[in-house]
Amino acid sequence: MITAVRKSIEEIIACVSPYDRILLVGCNECVSVCSVGGRKEVALLSSALHMHFLKQGKTMDIREMTLERQCDPEYVEELVNYMDGADAVLSMACGCGVQTIAARYREKPVFPAVNTTFMGASERQGVWSERCQGCGDCVLGITGGICPIARCSKRLMNGPCGGSTKGKCEIDANIDCAWQLIWDRLKALGLEKRIEDIMEAKDWRTSRDGGPRTITREDLAS
Amino acid sequence: MKTESRLEKVLASGALAVTSECGPPRGAVPDKVKEKAEMLRGCVDVVNVTDNQTAMVRMSSWGASVIIKQMGMDPVLQMVTRDRNRLAMQADIIGAYSLGINTMLCLSGDHPHFGDHPQAANVYDLDSVQLIQTVVKMRDEGKFQGGKDIDHPPKMFVGAAANPFADPFELRVMRLAKKVKAGVDFIQTQCIYNLDKFETWMKGVCQRGLHEKVYILAGITPMKSAGMARYMKNRVPGMDVPDDVVKRMESVPKEQQPEEGIKIAVESIQRLKEVKGVAGFHIMAIEWEEKVREIVEKAGLLPRPEL
Repeated sequence: MITAVRKSIEEIIACVSPYDRILLVGCNECVSVCSVGGRKEVALLSSALHMHFLKQGKTMDIREMTLERQCDPEYVEELVNYMDGADAVLSMACGCGVQTIAARYREKPVFPAVNTTFMGASERQGVWSERCQGCGDCVLGITGGICPIARCSKRLMNGPCGGSTKGKCEIDANIDCAWQLIWDRLKALGLEKRIEDIMEAKDWRTSRDGGPRTITREDLAS
Repeated sequence: MKTESRLEKVLASGALAVTSECGPPRGAVPDKVKEKAEMLRGCVDVVNVTDNQTAMVRMSSWGASVIIKQMGMDPVLQMVTRDRNRLAMQADIIGAYSLGINTMLCLSGDHPHFGDHPQAANVYDLDSVQLIQTVVKMRDEGKFQGGKDIDHPPKMFVGAAANPFADPFELRVMRLAKKVKAGVDFIQTQCIYNLDKFETWMKGVCQRGLHEKVYILAGITPMKSAGMARYMKNRVPGMDVPDDVVKRMESVPKEQQPEEGIKIAVESIQRLKEVKGVAGFHIMAIEWEEKVREIVEKAGLLPRPEL
């Protein structure tokens, strides 16, 4: 899923303080699962903002809404009746949600309340780790199910580098060395020899380097 | 001969090669490069010029390499894949070769996390193995990495690094084999303090016949003090400094420790000379270039071959 962390309350306040009426919009998808932008977090942020502005002697009108999926125009359309009553939108969705609102409601300022961080998986309760960089040309089938692009600090395709120490990355002892993990998996699969196959220079066109990407499914597109 | 490289000629002659390195200054101080290189004149065959080592900005490797070339010495252009994409690297290789530089070392480089610009984008368009492939393809096929023909291809003698001490140890020979498969001509290893472990690695290298396909230069770094030994042991990733080496440095008074460090370096070279597959030595005297001559001389590696 897409993970995010909330921005500091000070940064959020700085964005919305010029306005009197805020539409605070959460999302029921990824940010809800990683407990940063769902219904509950919308309510918490709303209270924190109310309290802050009350202390300043200002009554901030905050309307809370949590959409099923903020990156989908169909759900973002649900906001249409509330826009006239808002000076600005504060979104707790990932950057995709923020932009879907911005694209639909062109004359309304939209501010992100979270920093979108990475595509990751849940390791355990409350811990998420990066697993995919969306390079557009998946190599997991040859690297034992562990991604060197997302998980090696130098995204080496032919690792490990000389800094791998006791299974950990040289930049941080809390980070696993991706190539140690790959090696351990290949051994477990009886595919040790594969470590000597050179992975050729990657074609990054399928990644962000080829420009912003679009998927068009002719069978579905209207 | 694949190239005009002095290092290639020395190695092909069967003599033990001696290389050293010069870290460029953190400013526009060409005299500093000359001062360091001058200390190495006549006691080494070629001088490696580091490329933003430890991810700190310095005079560019090719800039400092040209200064060394103008002094009538032979630089080894180090190139890390951290800072530049494949366009920039190939352009620099052509530029450097056009200025008379014919030997280079392909590295991935230290992560920006370690340097003074941790905010920097971390390029890694290629890794070190892919950079080796790129330079070899430019030389042997006369083609750019992207496949188009090069008008007058640069002919570089291509090196890379190997760290026999990093984990997992069991694949360190395989990793060398991979660089050999990519076409590397010579290897300079990480600093060797654990000679037993290095010999175990070399045995694995020889068993696979890799020593016949690539020249391996053993890395030597003299230690200035017991403090440096402890630092290298505990703080430098991928470095293996056994306890007895630290103890030996600690066993002599502080003012004698530099001398002890030199002694250890010379003894290491003496022992490694006898190890099958060792084709020479890479002496990395970090900010201690003035001691290289003494080490090379005491190790019986002078005079350097005239070619």
